Parts: sequence; C-alpha cells; structure tokens
Amino acid sequence: MRGYFQGRKNLYLTIGGGLLITLLLVFIITPIIGLLFRTTPEQFLASLSDPVVWNALVLSLITASLSTLIIIGVGTPVAWINARHRYPGRELVDTLIDLPLVLPPTVAGLALLMAFGRMGLIGGFFYEFGISIAFTTLAVVIAQIFVSLPFYIRQARASFEQLDTTYELAARSLGSTSLPTFFTVILPLVKSGLIAGAIMSFARALGEFGATIMFAGNFQGRTQTMPLAIYTTMQGDLNASITLSVILVLISFVVIALVKYRLRGDVRC
Amino acid sequence: MLEVAVRRNLRDYTLEAAFNVGSGETFVLIGENGAGKSSLLFLLSGLLSPESGRISIGERALYDGAYGIDVPAEARDIGFVFQNYAIFPHLTVFENVAFGLRRRKVQASEIRSRVEEHLALLSLENLSAVRADQLSGGERQRTALARALVIAPALLLLDEPVSALDAVAQERMRSELRNYVRRADIPCIAVTHSFRDALSLGDRIGVMERGRIVQNGTPDEMRRSGNEFLHQFFCECRQEHGSH
Amino acid sequence: MKFSHFTLIIIVLIATILFAGCAGEQAKPEQTDLTVFAAASLTGALTDIAMEYETMHPDVRIITNFDGSQALRTQIEQGADADVFLSANTKQLYALRDQGLMENATIGLFAKNKLAVIVPASNPAGITTPQDLAQPGTRLVIGTKDVPVGDYARQILKKMGNDTAYGSTYTTSVLNNVMSEETTVTGVVAKVQLGEADAGIVYETDITPDNRDKFTMIAIPDKYNVIAEYPAGVVKTTGNKEEAIRFIAYLKSEQGKAILAKYGFALP
Repeated sequence: MRGYFQGRKNLYLTIGGGLLITLLLVFIITPIIGLLFRTTPEQFLASLSDPVVWNALVLSLITASLSTLIIIGVGTPVAWINARHRYPGRELVDTLIDLPLVLPPTVAGLALLMAFGRMGLIGGFFYEFGISIAFTTLAVVIAQIFVSLPFYIRQARASFEQLDTTYELAARSLGSTSLPTFFTVILPLVKSGLIAGAIMSFARALGEFGATIMFAGNFQGRTQTMPLAIYTTMQGDLNASITLSVILVLISFVVIALVKYRLRGDVRC
Repeated sequence: MLEVAVRRNLRDYTLEAAFNVGSGETFVLIGENGAGKSSLLFLLSGLLSPESGRISIGERALYDGAYGIDVPAEARDIGFVFQNYAIFPHLTVFENVAFGLRRRKVQASEIRSRVEEHLALLSLENLSAVRADQLSGGERQRTALARALVIAPALLLLDEPVSALDAVAQERMRSELRNYVRRADIPCIAVTHSFRDALSLGDRIGVMERGRIVQNGTPDEMRRSGNEFLHQFFCECRQEHGSH
Repeated sequence: MKFSHFTLIIIVLIATILFAGCAGEQAKPEQTDLTVFAAASLTGALTDIAMEYETMHPDVRIITNFDGSQALRTQIEQGADADVFLSANTKQLYALRDQGLMENATIGLFAKNKLAVIVPASNPAGITTPQDLAQPGTRLVIGTKDVPVGDYARQILKKMGNDTAYGSTYTTSVLNNVMSEETTVTGVVAKVQLGEADAGIVYETDITPDNRDKFTMIAIPDKYNVIAEYPAGVVKTTGNKEEAIRFIAYLKSEQGKAILAKYGFALP
C-alpha cells in the first residue's frame, strides 16, 4: 500500500517539477522571442548603420569594459584584504561596499550628481580648475563603477574566503612571499570565481540606466549608452530601439557562453 | 642544533614548550587531538608567532622575543609537510615539487635534475606531468614530501607524513626519511598518531598534553614509563607484535 | 492521503488570496476610475483640474500619468490602459489618430503654450539673451528630438538660424552646446534647478509661483517662438467613454480655462 502511494507522489512531483521548469522557461524566453519577431534580418542590419545605434553600441562596450577593468583592479585587493584580515571597522566597510546594491539606481545617480556635479562636494572643487565630471563620458564610467562594484567584490571575497588557507601557508613555507604567492597560487585557484564576478559586473555596467541618465545625461556619442538609446528611441523610432535590444540580448548570450566555456576547464578542488 | 623555548596563548590553554633537537635527529611529537602538536609546528615554521621565547638553529635566531626578532616563514628555509598536504591543485606534480626551487631562483637545469631525483625517490616519476587534483591521497602525500625535501631545508617539519600510504610504502618512507634526516644533518620534528612512526622515526619522543610537553625521552625510556596514554599507545605495539 | 489533503488546502488558500486581491483592486461598484495620460508640462495645472473635477463628481476618481508626450504615445500604442490623452503637440496625438487608436470626434485643442529659455537664478554663464546660448562652453539642456519640448526647441533654433540677427552658424553652435537631452521637460527643469546646466529651453508654463525664485526666464521673441498646440482626445479602448468626454468638456469649460490660465497657458 505504502509503495503504491510513494510511486504516485514521485509521479506528481516529477510532473509538478517539469511544469514549473517549463513555465519558467516560457517566462524567460517569450519576451526575447517577442523581441526577435518584431524585426527582420534586413531591418536589423540596416539599423546597425544608424549612427544612434552604432554610437550607443561602441560607447556601451568601451565604457563597460573600462569600468570592469577598473573594478577588477581596485576590487581584487579590497576583497582579498577583507577576506583574510580582520581590522576594526571591517564589517562597516563591507556594508558600505554593498550599499550601491540596494540603492535604487536613480537615487545613486542623484547622489553622484550631488557629489561630483559642478555644484557638488568634490565636483565643485574640480570645476574651479575647469574640469567637468558630470555629463561626460567619465561620468558614465563612474556611474557604472558605482553600481557594479559590489557585484565583483562580493563574489571575489566569497571566492577568497572559500579558498583553503593552507595553500598560502604551504607557499610561504616554501619561500614564496606575499605577491608571488598571490599570483602563482591564489589567483589561479580562485580564477573561475573572479571571472564570474567580473562577468556579473560587466553585465550590470552594460545595463546601467538610472544612474547614468541622471549623472551623465543623455547625449548621443558621449553619454548615450545602449540602455539610454533604447529608452530614447523607443519613443520615436521603434526599429532602432528593437535593434539595440536584440544586440544586447546577443551580447548577453555570448557573455554567458564564454563564461561557461572558460569555467569548464577549471580546477575542481 | 634546534633550540626551542616558546610560549603562546591558544584558544583553550597556553602552549609552553622548551626542548632541543640535534642535527640529524628526529623528534616525534605524540599526544591527544588538540594537545597543540600542530600549533607547535606552526610556531616553529613562522606561520604563527609566539608571544615570547626563542627559536634558533645553531647560531641563527629565527625568533627572539627579547630582541624583537621574528624571521618571516618565507625566509626560514624550512620544509613543511602539512596534514592535508596542501598540494597546489592547479599545478602538475613536477611543478608542485619545483615550486620552492623556482621561488629560490634556482637554474632551470638544476631544478630539473633535483626534482627528477626526488620524484624517483618517492616513486612519482610516472606522475610527473599529472595535474595534482587528479592524484590519490597517497600520491598527494608523496608529492608533499618531495616538495618539502627537494629544497634541502634547514629544518624539517612533518605533520602525519606517511599516514595515507599503504603499509609497504610506509615502511619504505620511514627509513627513507630517517636516512635523509641523518644525511642532511638537519633537525626534524614529526607529529604522528602512529606508534610505528614514533618508534621507527623517532630518536626521541615527546608527549604533549594541553600545550605542554609532559614527557620527553628515547623510545625505550618511554616504554618503561607509567603514563596511561603511552601505555595504550604501546599496548597496540605489543598486540601487533603478538599477532605476527 | 494526508499529503494530497494538505496540497488541496494550500491550493484553495492561494486561490482565495489571489481572487481576494483582484477584487480589492477594483473600484467600488459606484466609482469610476478615469485614467488621464498627460504631457509633463501639464503636471501642475492638471493636478488642480483633477482635484476640482473630483470634488464636483464624487463618483469619479482621476488617475494621472505624466510623462513626455512621445512616451505616452508609445505606451498607448503598446496597449496601455488610458481613457484620455492630453498631448503637448499635435504630432503625437495625430499619430495615434492615424493608427485608429483615438475617438476622432473627441479630438480638439484645449490649450496653447510658448517656449522660453531659463537659467538658474545665479546665472553662472551670464546668459541674458538667446544669442548668448551660442557662446562656446555653455552647458545647455534641451529635450530629445521626439519629446514635444525638444521638437519645438529645434524648430525655434532653426528659425533663428535662418534670421540674419542670429547668423547661419547659430543653430549648430547652440546644438553643440547641448550637454544632455531629456525625455521630459521636467528633466530639463530639474537639471537647470540643480545648477548643473547653464540654461534650458522649456515652456513658459514651467516657471511657477513655487520655483520662480530659482530661475530667471529669458523670453524668446514671438517671431521665432512656436505656438505649442495641446490637443485632447479620448482613447478608443476606453471603458468610460461618456465620463472621458465629460472630462475633456470640463477642460474646455470656464473653470478649466481659468485653471489653465492660472498656470500660464494660453487658450485656443
């Protein structure tokens, strides 16, 4: 008797699970298919030569790449220090680093303006010397870094924390000082985690909208990134908007595929 | 001659130990889990700092609380085999063993010959190009040994050096280690749970209890003592002998 | 047996909650909800008008959605629920009409507006005339080319460029000074108010008693200025056609006109 009901339960669970997964996939795929259905390959290729589309694409890729590189450069040591060393105020530092994660992007943009705009705390100082920060391409990069930094640092810190400390100890016992140990032993072992964090940061930077439009403004070629261009053109020329959206979707797929391909060959400790 | 007198507060008790180990001599530390054996190894290696005391090898002071000397672990020229081996999983066996030599900027040709010599010593020649995360437990332990020995350290610290090897390999490695330490004329400290290790490796045996060395003597002296722990320890020995 | 009873109870609970939620969202049976999509420049005036209307018609609740007219048009095209559309230019509303999305008989102008240049009260760039906008290094904010206030601004700049008083390079010089293009006029006003922009091209109605002290308005001579025509119309998909028509009638009534005039709008 019990065996009979066990079997039925497994069947229900399997069907239920399958339904859930199907629903989830439909939910994710339908908008993307909807996007693809609204354009044709000819329209798409024609749009690519539209300056609005092209400018946004190039600007987005360059700024997001630059932001990610800076984030890796600054974030890796910070994550390392926070993972390995205890110092007074460490928890506070961690909380502050996480702040941009919960801050609504528009609020972040306004806050950046208050700090770096020409009337701002720091921006005002630079403006005296003729240096404008807000409403420039630099502002785009700053906004992207501000919102994406926590993604990388959290992942990097988690990867460092998960790393067995005896590797570093063994390296030190063999005569390896801090920096060589970091590059020859630690980095190779956390590589996949760091890359995953960088990918997330890159994706977040690429999709950043609220803070960018507030702090960097909306100007083609200088600050109009792909999300901004999609929003602006959607209100006039739907074709350009759809083309940019399709491009962003394609980039996302490529990025995910690259990450999976890289991670496949990595260490399983 | 290794001279040690150190003190450091650990979580549950204070570790306080003083002993000497002659060059070419192996000092085996035994005791319950948590007695502080591994901590003592860490203190000697420089990976953990004492609060006071002195550690010196011959004339060279590795640590001296009175004079503010604390040579960093990287500069102490020690060979350390960790309890979990700590083999670098992303490197091949060859690169693992060569690691210390590369850090010391040894010539590539010399690296090759020394590494191959030690791979042969530990029967690892066939695994030279294998990535370390593919190895079995025993293979990892042998790699850890090779890695520590190849750099010709001034002090050898072993934490359960042969535990993962099969009985035959264990026998062989014990005598290899003994010979190595004698030939290299360096002090060696080994931590173990195995009475066979203690008897065959140790010129002297030290029993640790809550951070202190409560007994220190040759294997014969230990056998004759009345310590409960030792009694059980050597009891196994007698049973083993009985079953032969 | 126990397991499937449990599941059944959970399902019923969830269903009840969902339906209860749905029921709670709807208006009380006697009340009508009227959704008005209005150009951002109408924010002040329309909020007042809505309040007056609700007082006069207690069974009606007005729900407003303020945004750039072009954004509202896109939303309606894509099926957003609107009863009334108030646009800042005829282009956006007529586009909907041409797609058959409006009740054509209900379309008519209800207000007019003019554009002006505003600068922050501190006037960091020392702008006193529209000619000054061409000065190199001026941080100018205007609307995108699709939002009515941005479209009008470009028309004005073009007219000026065709006049010898400004010179043929005027238009390009000014457009080169654009620091950012906003999708609603409120965005333009905000950037000038924050002091980040040296100047902005907005509607005359954007200077209100509330923010008068933060700006200085520089008038654009009538011969270059455009008359912004604001049409109103009932959206075809409305479920409250009579009420929508009544609302638009109110806009055009004496009371409605008075409120619009109070906010600076001209009347057709």
